Amino acid sequence: MLNPDVVGRTYKGANSFTVSQESITAFALAIGEPNIFIAPPTFSISISLTESQALLQESGLDWSRVVHGDQRFEIHRPLVAGDSIICSSTIESARVMAGNEIVTVRSDLHAGTELLISSWSTLVVRA
Amino acid sequence: MVDIGCARMNFEIGQELAPQSFFINRAKLIAYANASGDQNPIHQDEVFAKSVGLENVIAHGMYTMALAGRYVSEIAGGSEKVREFSAHFTKPVIVPAGVDVELILSAKVSAVEGDVIKVDLTAICEDVKVLGMAKATFSA
Repeated sequence: MLNPDVVGRTYKGANSFTVSQESITAFALAIGEPNIFIAPPTFSISISLTESQALLQESGLDWSRVVHGDQRFEIHRPLVAGDSIICSSTIESARVMAGNEIVTVRSDLHAGTELLISSWSTLVVRA
Repeated sequence: MVDIGCARMNFEIGQELAPQSFFINRAKLIAYANASGDQNPIHQDEVFAKSVGLENVIAHGMYTMALAGRYVSEIAGGSEKVREFSAHFTKPVIVPAGVDVELILSAKVSAVEGDVIKVDLTAICEDVKVLGMAKATFSA
């Protein structure tokens, strides 16, 4: 079970990292998107879910039982190669329904002070 | 009047947009796993998938959503126009070995507010809706 004390806490990645052209190209190719110069709408999941996974595992969640229930993106400006990004993640809610634990984590991607993308992942931990 | 590719499209509430088929197979799931970093074996390893009670290997929900995102990008006239995008993962897309599984995406315009367009998306695989409450907002 997730430690309830972690709900509402924000974990900011310590280091910024740079979005590479290779990572956008690989993602675009995998989904058949011909434009490799702008990150596709769901590309940021490759950043945010990695960050969230680390946070949730540290918070006591059993990742091996996790199923993705729901996903939402708000894209203020799509990522492009060379963007220097900091990802901060917040566990917005955690509840138990029918024995399954349901956790919603929000990830904000900033370039400097500019918020580029917010995303919400709802994860279901199977009982 | 001849429809030219770069012409700006007009959208009306209730308008149904042309559906598009995408084909999912094991090789594409591996490419997506490598590109996204999601290496969960239920998306690649049939023995493992069955050992945890699944019928077979299933596609990443985010792969199905990524294909829906590509469809939205095409409707919008470019992925840079997509502002909001959300979906529930209601049913898994089952991907047996050696098969190209067809995913059919379609969309209906639900709102037009100035140059902001909202669509409801439908994603169907083997006659089953695999995404629920799938919605996107883009600037025309």
